[in-house]
Amino acid sequence: MIAKLWNRWKLQLILLLVLVLTILLPAVGVIDDYINLVLKYIGINIILTISLNLVNGYMGEFSVGHAGFMAVGAYTASLLTVLVVPEALNPFLFPLVIIAGGVVAGIFGLGLAFPSFRTRGDYLAIVTLAFNMIIKSALENIEAIGGPRGFMGMSKLTSLFWVFIWVVITVWLARNFIFSNYGRGVQSIREDETAAGLVSVNTRQAKVLTFVFSAFLAGIAGGLFAHELQFINPRSFTIAKSTDMLVMVYLGGIGSLGGSILGATTFTVVSEGLRSLLQVLGISQEWRQVFAPLMLILLMLFRPKGIMGLREWRFLIPQLDRKKEPPASKPQPEVAS
Amino acid sequence: MSLLQVENMTHWFGGLRAVSEFNIDLNEGELVAIIGPNGAGKTTVFNLITGVYRPTEGKVVFQGKELVGQPTHKIIAGGIARTFQNIRLFRELTVMDNIRIANYARVHSNPLASMLRLPAFQREEQEIYDRSLEFLAIFGLDGLYDQPARNLPYGQQRRLEIARALATSPKLLLLDEPAAGMNPAEIVQLIDLILMVRKRFELTILLIEHQMRVVMGIAERIKVLDFGQTIAEGTPREIQNNPRVIEAYLGEEETA
Repeated sequence: MIAKLWNRWKLQLILLLVLVLTILLPAVGVIDDYINLVLKYIGINIILTISLNLVNGYMGEFSVGHAGFMAVGAYTASLLTVLVVPEALNPFLFPLVIIAGGVVAGIFGLGLAFPSFRTRGDYLAIVTLAFNMIIKSALENIEAIGGPRGFMGMSKLTSLFWVFIWVVITVWLARNFIFSNYGRGVQSIREDETAAGLVSVNTRQAKVLTFVFSAFLAGIAGGLFAHELQFINPRSFTIAKSTDMLVMVYLGGIGSLGGSILGATTFTVVSEGLRSLLQVLGISQEWRQVFAPLMLILLMLFRPKGIMGLREWRFLIPQLDRKKEPPASKPQPEVAS
Repeated sequence: MSLLQVENMTHWFGGLRAVSEFNIDLNEGELVAIIGPNGAGKTTVFNLITGVYRPTEGKVVFQGKELVGQPTHKIIAGGIARTFQNIRLFRELTVMDNIRIANYARVHSNPLASMLRLPAFQREEQEIYDRSLEFLAIFGLDGLYDQPARNLPYGQQRRLEIARALATSPKLLLLDEPAAGMNPAEIVQLIDLILMVRKRFELTILLIEHQMRVVMGIAERIKVLDFGQTIAEGTPREIQNNPRVIEAYLGEEETA
């Protein structure tokens, strides 16, 4: 009985336990501010990686400008917090503010997806690259939101607690999407777009939908990022940021949520480690700029599938889609000799 | 009753006329073959019917509806399915997913219901899963449901491709050289398979094929294309004795 209940609810229980720990551990000082910060970055990066993996991994297109969507989410959420939401309500409306950032980023995604998916191939890479640059330049030129100096005044609302909740929501939504008609459709596009259309997949619909969802998630991550730093400027959302996302996707592995989690975690920890190392050695932090692009090249050369490309952790696969194990309790008939 | 009418369909690739004034009238339940040397424009005809290309000129009418200008997925959902000369499965996806994807047009759950896994969505998922498993059983592939399609041997990949096409519930099946790359034993199995699905799913079949054994064995009518032109049309016996056909096509094989 207990075993049965445990089997049914263990995932929920573990998540709840971790959720309690995200409040408890920082409060009692078991994890210090620095570790806390790194954990939050890991969470935000997981959301970003899943976002980009939907497009580059599951759909098989190539976006190189997702930092643009992150910027839209970050600015939208920050402007709402500072200019619209009364300060007393800030902590309570924080989830809504984050969602609003995601929705506006999603709308930008829709605007970009419609013209881009009229054609195929490398077009999306060029369009997203241009989009990223346009967003950055636009933000630099709008004085009302700080221009190149950036925007500040948000309170530090991004706690480990909220990051964890958003990571769980992201993984859950993405999982549900992937294991649905639309998710399968989008993967068939990656495999063979013409054949997908020829077995009744509405390829345009599946692509637009995936792209909008992806942009939404990048916007969510942007909002969380902004309320962690309490200060954003256009330079936080350059192509370099998009490159980081690419590295995390290809490191973890395309077409895998588990891979996205591993890729984001590894990348964040390694690049934080690199920061400390450079500091100790007294080398300029500028060298960190070399790290991500170099890693991308090495990955493409030596391990294009990443840590777990096209594979998934079993607990992330819905019951219906799991490999059925042969009935275990059934006794094998004795073979008469 | 007429199921598909193609009238004066012409297609240009730049300066090359790939298909020239192609006509065909398919009656319900017929099995018609298109033959012709390589580059005669046979596959292009399939691509034009299914909306992969838009014909430069001409009409395609299926069940009384004009197809030219409609997107591919609508044409397929409307009752036409096809397979490919070189197998085009979703290689990294499982056998089950290859079949489930062919149910795309049948799914009603909207994206939001899917992402929240609402009960109606879960019911539909189960239905599609069960339906697909039944489908795989018909083709003897149910034991392989969790294998990536690329792991299947060649003959079974052909089978899966036909199964996937039929999972869209077509009335008209377009088979593009299904016997390509098969040995004689596999060809015999293939002929059985084609005749089986034709009966079971009440299909009308348009077949492109090089293997004379297949064409002469099962086609009721044959059209012969050469350089985009229809050079002959008739029963297998008439085609076998047509001097133009022998010159353009069969003759080549004899000297080869």
